[in-house]
Amino acid sequence: MSRIKARFEALKTEGRGALIPYLQAFDPNYETSLELLKAMPAAGADLIEIGVPFSDPSADGPTIQAAALRGLKAGATLGGVLEMVRSFRETDAETPIILMGYLNPIDSYGPAEFCFDAVQAGVDGIIIVDMPTEEADLLDAHARAAGLDIISLVAPTTSRTRLLHVLKDASGFVYYVSITGITGTGSASQAQLEEALPKIREATDLPVAIGFGISTPEQARAASRIGDAAVVASALIKTMAGTLSEGRATSKTLPAVLEQLIALSAAVRA
Amino acid sequence: MSCGGVPCKGASGFGKVRFPGGCVDGRSCAALVSLVSLLSGTEPGMTTPSSSLPNSLRSGPDERGRFGVFGGRFVAETLMPLVLELEEAYRAAQADPAFREELDYYYRDYVGRPSPLWFAKRLTEELGGAKVYLKREELNHTGSHKLNNVMGQILLARRMGKTRIVAETGAGQHGVATATVCALFGLKCVIYMGATDVERQKPNVFRMHLLGAEVKPVTAGAGTLKDAMNEAMRDWVANVADTYFLVGTVAGPHPYPEMVRDFQSIIGTEVKEQIVRAEGRLPDVIVAAIGGGSNAMGIFHPFLDDADVRLIGVEAAGLGLDSGKTAASISRGRSGVLHGNRTYLLQDKHGQIEEAHSISAGLDYPGIGPEHSWLNDIGRAEYVGVTDQEALDAFQLLTRTEGIIPALECAHGLAHVMKIAPEMPKDKIIVLNVSGRGDKDIFTVASHLGVNL
Repeated sequence: MSRIKARFEALKTEGRGALIPYLQAFDPNYETSLELLKAMPAAGADLIEIGVPFSDPSADGPTIQAAALRGLKAGATLGGVLEMVRSFRETDAETPIILMGYLNPIDSYGPAEFCFDAVQAGVDGIIIVDMPTEEADLLDAHARAAGLDIISLVAPTTSRTRLLHVLKDASGFVYYVSITGITGTGSASQAQLEEALPKIREATDLPVAIGFGISTPEQARAASRIGDAAVVASALIKTMAGTLSEGRATSKTLPAVLEQLIALSAAVRA
Repeated sequence: MSCGGVPCKGASGFGKVRFPGGCVDGRSCAALVSLVSLLSGTEPGMTTPSSSLPNSLRSGPDERGRFGVFGGRFVAETLMPLVLELEEAYRAAQADPAFREELDYYYRDYVGRPSPLWFAKRLTEELGGAKVYLKREELNHTGSHKLNNVMGQILLARRMGKTRIVAETGAGQHGVATATVCALFGLKCVIYMGATDVERQKPNVFRMHLLGAEVKPVTAGAGTLKDAMNEAMRDWVANVADTYFLVGTVAGPHPYPEMVRDFQSIIGTEVKEQIVRAEGRLPDVIVAAIGGGSNAMGIFHPFLDDADVRLIGVEAAGLGLDSGKTAASISRGRSGVLHGNRTYLLQDKHGQIEEAHSISAGLDYPGIGPEHSWLNDIGRAEYVGVTDQEALDAFQLLTRTEGIIPALECAHGLAHVMKIAPEMPKDKIIVLNVSGRGDKDIFTVASHLGVNL
């Protein structure tokens, strides 16, 4: 059984949803982001999303754009991100790792090679923002052969008919982009989420993670209950960015992010 | 079909270029445009649906929006339904004669089409070889070819009930054209422009303000066209309900590359008619400058099946093709995915997009329209590079020999004409697309000439 499936099944038995924190690889440098990654499970991360820095993150808001730039400045490459996951797996064999990013670095790496190397490194799933279902054949067969879940994205603009189309061959879990907008800029109301989720569940039996605009413990708790998981990204990065001095990590960097993660996790587990 | 009661013959006039016995009023000349399209099997500004041209190079893209391996629809799921809706709306418009008629009306009476094809006699003599003709797209309203596309898309946006328009712009020509039609139809208009470009294209920024548009400078990256495109896409994804994203070039997710090409193809359709009337035959070479490639695609497309016509796209080589400071995506890039399509991109070995460099803000983009990438790979069109300095020299030559101040973008095209025309016999014909006028560039040119304005 895949790590993703095992983790969601275990949480189901526990009777709660998952918390999925996000960090941008190499932000502000390799060592700090690896240290943060390694500390996240103990602070309450059930699954972890790692952002792969890209020069043109056209679906991201200012916070993640800045994080991607810091990551690139620190020398981030897709190969380097896989190296980071490999290092994480030396001490953690169970927490699912999902990479999130844009298609071009993967296209440049080579789709088949990437899927193979990612799974070898310990990656469980991949979210590619600019690869809709219509273009997924670029990666599908390779991902399937390697045992890598391609996480499908659905949005408020995805119609009922289209949900069936998009989720037909979905695997791992479904990522619900809960607002029409870029990351870290607005939030869906609880009522909006309660209206959206049943439609998605009609189209799939997979767990549904809710992301975009979730920043407070209360929002995380609500999303993890209406859906099956809450993704928190920009809020954590904003905290981290606030601790940097001239773009460098300080003694406050890790504690500040982890403290916030613990608070989010407590809310999800309450 | 007749022109003012007189049967239209092939030799009839074409708007601003008037010939004896031809149509002299705008209305009958519009009828002629339709006649030309009837004869050539296409409609101006709109090509025949792909399925009807099985053995033609003009039949692309396929149903996935691909030209060979290029193109496609690489957008976030949030935008995917919008892109599909846009395609449906465009197909409906293509099938509706009323849309065609409305577009023809605006082309004729607002844009000022057809644009003349000018025989550049003094330039030809100066170069001492092939005859050089200039397609005068700089005479369109707003001063460039951009309005051809914008006019078509704004009519489509209105049919779709959209009330807010967003667009990206590099040199500001597309931004000005978009702001212009938004003023014409009373629509809200937001233009994203790189902060670097805002600085080097001040006259256009002021024009957009006068036209009532909101110009948002983008400071991300190098503050040029690529960054403006990212920001426009972010705006679109956040405002899906009322907003139409008016793409200015033959790039982006399907159907934009096809649609923009179709609207721009009126350039080549007119050239075909005009050059036959002037010379009795098709040209030997067509040259156009390329940023995203809309003016080039517009003049190339009607000639794709005319195998004897050489098509040359001129990319901005910046400080030189191998200087590392270039915008020549085909010459120095490789296949990748950005801004909704697969195409040639300037990128590093890890797939990070590189900053382009060109003296011309309109060519300062690390990608190119996907149909150009395909035309390059199948060898139907050639792509060459011209440096900043060569473009500056060409800018001055055309100004002095023909009294036409070209935009720095098309000065790149002219610089290549200056290389090939002298090597060609005098009975050969080159058509250069003069895609825009250069008034907006006088500050840039002055500073390179050491003049403080």
